[in-house]
Amino acid sequence: MKFGVIIFPASNCAEDCYYVLSSLLNQNTKYLWHKSSEAIDTDVVILSGGFSFGDYLRCGAIARFSPVMERVIEFAGKGGLVIGICNGFQILTESGLLPGTLMKNTCLKFICSPQYLKVENNYSVFSKKYNSGDVINCPIAHNEGNYFADENTINKLEKNNQILFRYCDENGNVNDSTNPNGSVNNIAGIINIEGNVLGLMPHPERSSEKILLCDDGIKLFKSIIESYN
Amino acid sequence: MFKANIYVTLKKSIFDPQGKAAENSLVTLGFKNIRNTRIGKFIEIELDENDKNIAFEITKEMCEKLLVNFNIETYRFELEEI
Repeated sequence: MKFGVIIFPASNCAEDCYYVLSSLLNQNTKYLWHKSSEAIDTDVVILSGGFSFGDYLRCGAIARFSPVMERVIEFAGKGGLVIGICNGFQILTESGLLPGTLMKNTCLKFICSPQYLKVENNYSVFSKKYNSGDVINCPIAHNEGNYFADENTINKLEKNNQILFRYCDENGNVNDSTNPNGSVNNIAGIINIEGNVLGLMPHPERSSEKILLCDDGIKLFKSIIESYN
Repeated sequence: MFKANIYVTLKKSIFDPQGKAAENSLVTLGFKNIRNTRIGKFIEIELDENDKNIAFEITKEMCEKLLVNFNIETYRFELEEI
């Protein structure tokens, strides 16, 4: 399976994604430069974490207009698989590929911490290696991870099972006390209605091997590979 | 030429923790009779354009395409002849 990892100026998790896919999972992986306007020729595109364009104006707002994003939008429109992690999620919302906005954390602090997530369902191409209701450990590192969308949009996300991951505690409790950043309904990750675009604030690439104390995140990437085979 | 003074603010329905934190500090400093502190962005752009109507349309388009996120923000602007 072919993976492309996009590098924007100040992306800082692209190498982690590349390493997990190429070294741990033996997948054909390459970097895609943000100025590239060539058609996407991989099966999956990953927008990794970081601070693209210094987070100027709004997180992801400038990166959204990089030439490669026109191609990513075209690719997603044809059913190509796209994952946005952290800043990548912010870029996907700014580009309109996913609904909502990632606002400043309600605590007004940059949070860098281990985080439990509840896997809401395993119907998705991105979650099939998990069981519905699994509690996984996947770190977060963000200042703007507070997911917001209007009530109508949230209702649609809930109704269509588009919410894949929610912030919780180790026992899977989802409530205000287990919500690190103020996200509506503890939302940590969503997919689009077609199911081929995923955005999440936690970092599965930072929890993909035991040497990092936790490898719960690797199942996300394995889910995609299994779906493809 | 015109200068656009653009004010981008959070919609009224959006909670502004930054505004709240600033307000709490102001109250601590003794400014007791304040409320609804909101923090937004102020953007200045000079337009090399002499027709005010065209300058208006260009500014509006820039706000709609990039400067404002309509999920959470709203905006207004003034054009100043320079």
